[in-house]
Amino acid sequence: MVMFWVSLLAISILLYVILDGVDLGVGLLFGLAKDEARRGAMLSAVAPIWDGNETWLVVTAVILWGAFPLVYATLLSALYLPLIVMLLGLILRGVAFEFRYKTQRLRWIWDLSFAGGSLIATFIQGMTVGALVEGLQFTNGEYSGGPVGWLTPFACICGIGLCLGYALLGACWLVRKCEDKVCDVARRQIPILAVGVLAFLVVVFAYALVENLPILHRWIDRPYLFIFPSIGAIAAIVLALSILNHNDYLPFYMVALIFVSAFGTLALSFWPYMIPSVIAVDQAAAPLSSLVFMFWGCGVIVFPLMLVYTVVSYSVFRGKVRPTDGYGH
Amino acid sequence: MDITALLLSRIQFAFTITFHIIFPSFTIGLAAWLTVLETLGLATGRPVYRVIFEFWLKIFGVAFGLGVVSGIVMAFQFGTNWSVLSRMSGPIQGPLLMYETFTAFMLEASFFGVLIFGRSRVPPWFYLFSTAMVALGTTFSAFWIMVNNSWMQVPTGYVMENGSFVPNDWTKIIFNSVVWSRFPHMLLASYLTGAFCVAATGAWYVLRKLYHAESRIMLRMGLGLAAALMPIQLFFGHLNGIYVDTYQPSKMAAIEGRWNDEKPAGEVLFAWPDVEHRRNQFAITLPPPLGSLIDSDSLTAGEAGLNSIPRENWPPVVVPFFAFRVMVGCGLLMLGLAWLGSYQSYRHRLAYNRPLLWLTFLSFPLPFVAIITGWFTAEVGRQPWVVYGMLRTADAVTPFLTTREATISLTIFCSVYAFIFLFGTFYIYRLIRIGPVRKQFEVPHLVVPNRPMSLADDEPLQTPSHIIAGE
Repeated sequence: MVMFWVSLLAISILLYVILDGVDLGVGLLFGLAKDEARRGAMLSAVAPIWDGNETWLVVTAVILWGAFPLVYATLLSALYLPLIVMLLGLILRGVAFEFRYKTQRLRWIWDLSFAGGSLIATFIQGMTVGALVEGLQFTNGEYSGGPVGWLTPFACICGIGLCLGYALLGACWLVRKCEDKVCDVARRQIPILAVGVLAFLVVVFAYALVENLPILHRWIDRPYLFIFPSIGAIAAIVLALSILNHNDYLPFYMVALIFVSAFGTLALSFWPYMIPSVIAVDQAAAPLSSLVFMFWGCGVIVFPLMLVYTVVSYSVFRGKVRPTDGYGH
Repeated sequence: MDITALLLSRIQFAFTITFHIIFPSFTIGLAAWLTVLETLGLATGRPVYRVIFEFWLKIFGVAFGLGVVSGIVMAFQFGTNWSVLSRMSGPIQGPLLMYETFTAFMLEASFFGVLIFGRSRVPPWFYLFSTAMVALGTTFSAFWIMVNNSWMQVPTGYVMENGSFVPNDWTKIIFNSVVWSRFPHMLLASYLTGAFCVAATGAWYVLRKLYHAESRIMLRMGLGLAAALMPIQLFFGHLNGIYVDTYQPSKMAAIEGRWNDEKPAGEVLFAWPDVEHRRNQFAITLPPPLGSLIDSDSLTAGEAGLNSIPRENWPPVVVPFFAFRVMVGCGLLMLGLAWLGSYQSYRHRLAYNRPLLWLTFLSFPLPFVAIITGWFTAEVGRQPWVVYGMLRTADAVTPFLTTREATISLTIFCSVYAFIFLFGTFYIYRLIRIGPVRKQFEVPHLVVPNRPMSLADDEPLQTPSHIIAGE
């Protein structure tokens, strides 16, 4: 039963990262685009899907609370300020989708809040993962790192890394969904961003070596972990080839695969801990009576329905958007 | 009172939840109203119902969107500010919240897209079905939240193990009488909110001599529904009083401004509770046994006073005392207005009764005020407990949260919410000002789902142009 909820949690996080990564990434690239035509097309490419994507964040949060209350309580309170700022970033970029077309004069405010909100949310998500990898300071199971205990150079590097990663995901999405200039620009951005992500991975690895992070020992203990990085490496090679061949559809899947492998690597190197070396899965799990109660209703019946809905929503809006048809006036 | 992280966290939770509840209470009622309109439209074939439907659907879209974004925050706040509570009660409150997310959000999200963009893609019966499903989704959402909150008011169906609440009887948690008097109370409150907003809008158009047919239907249906629901709502309100009296004597004593045990008890209509001297000033009191009758349905029952409850277990007396009276006052005003208006409307005189029209127009804040003060009564009256009788609010807060962190977060919440609230209400106001549009409704069929607020985009004066996404 615990394993069931661990898997559901993993699926939800992964779906959130890949799906919302797309529209957060487009939000980041949106900040770089200057002319209105391109901005409109970029928004159109994610407008139908962003809201559903973000729902997976709520799903993740409630699975954590319901199935692993200890982790929910510990993690959210330890990361107090960053999480609240992230939520407000998400709110600001969410309303920007709607409000920017209501005004000409004040449009810059909403453009700023869209790009800025995306940047803040992405950076904080990366930073959070970084802080977890590096290890937050705990005393007797209670967070003791202080208000800014998560603010370390390593966490910041991870924040930047995720920005690059989401932007890469966003660029691949734009290549898939857009035509003409937006597509061309995104196509040129992909190699740069991909190299950036690669450089980030090297830096992270070097940092982990130099600082001798505890997480590294797991790698030496568990050589089979290297299976995920290998998948990632293959995906990176295919990505490079598909870019060279001007394939518009493969890059997105390859980057998504890289994200899957990165997530798998992290998850397996955390295992069996949810907060490394502080809270293990079994220790965090809610009592059986709670898990069973959720299993039948939420797990068996509704969760598959939610997946179906996501698939249908994406298939309805498959194919390229026409860049001339912004939904504004 | 010292400014502490605890106090700031309480203010922050109160602020964000108060902001949030405005929108769901409005949209739950509106979703039901839309279902009724669509049914009437299909049954009678009169286009006017369709015109009103499309008009309220736009407003629904904006309000729904604001409810969604402010709701995401709530899913996180338990963990960020109330880590001890969320750890201890997680095994019970977590699954309940998960059921809400999975069952309600799922239904709402899937069918909301059809509701807004699918008119031309699906057969009429399916469109009606989608409307009903959105209404059902919002109702589910309200249900799980009420189960959740009722458990905090009257914890049941659990055992304490290793310092946390471990559920051992989910049927008790979900199907207890507290849930089933509070959930209908909240649901009816939402329907009344919808009804009064609709009636007020209708009254405004009648006063401005606009949209003759539509405005009269809104006015008649809004007031009629309110006239029918208000007595039921008062009845459920009374049932809520009974549960409070049974399970939460400290809250009851504060609501009633009752200091000493009385048997049978009198009823304080109005007073200024003087907490320091433990007495009421300027009290207007009805003689016994009216208090016992109101609180316990009995002529002889004894009612507990605050003096028999240890001082450290008192709620802040003044807030529930006045919040309750404001709520009841709003309720009685709405009852009078709904009955008088419906009677006049029945006699076809309402449209010429300008004072009554003005009153109806100005009545739209009443249900919101009643809901917010009702929640203040319930939540402040539960203090000093967060889980009544089991866990104190002061012990539930994140222990290492600093005053500075809480100040920063509260400040940014207030500013961002004020910002989006102003824009959101401005857009709703603009939609209402423009009013319903009698046009041949042809919903463009290549449009975007999943975007709650996008409806406000198509201003009727301009040609709506939508994104062409995909094939």
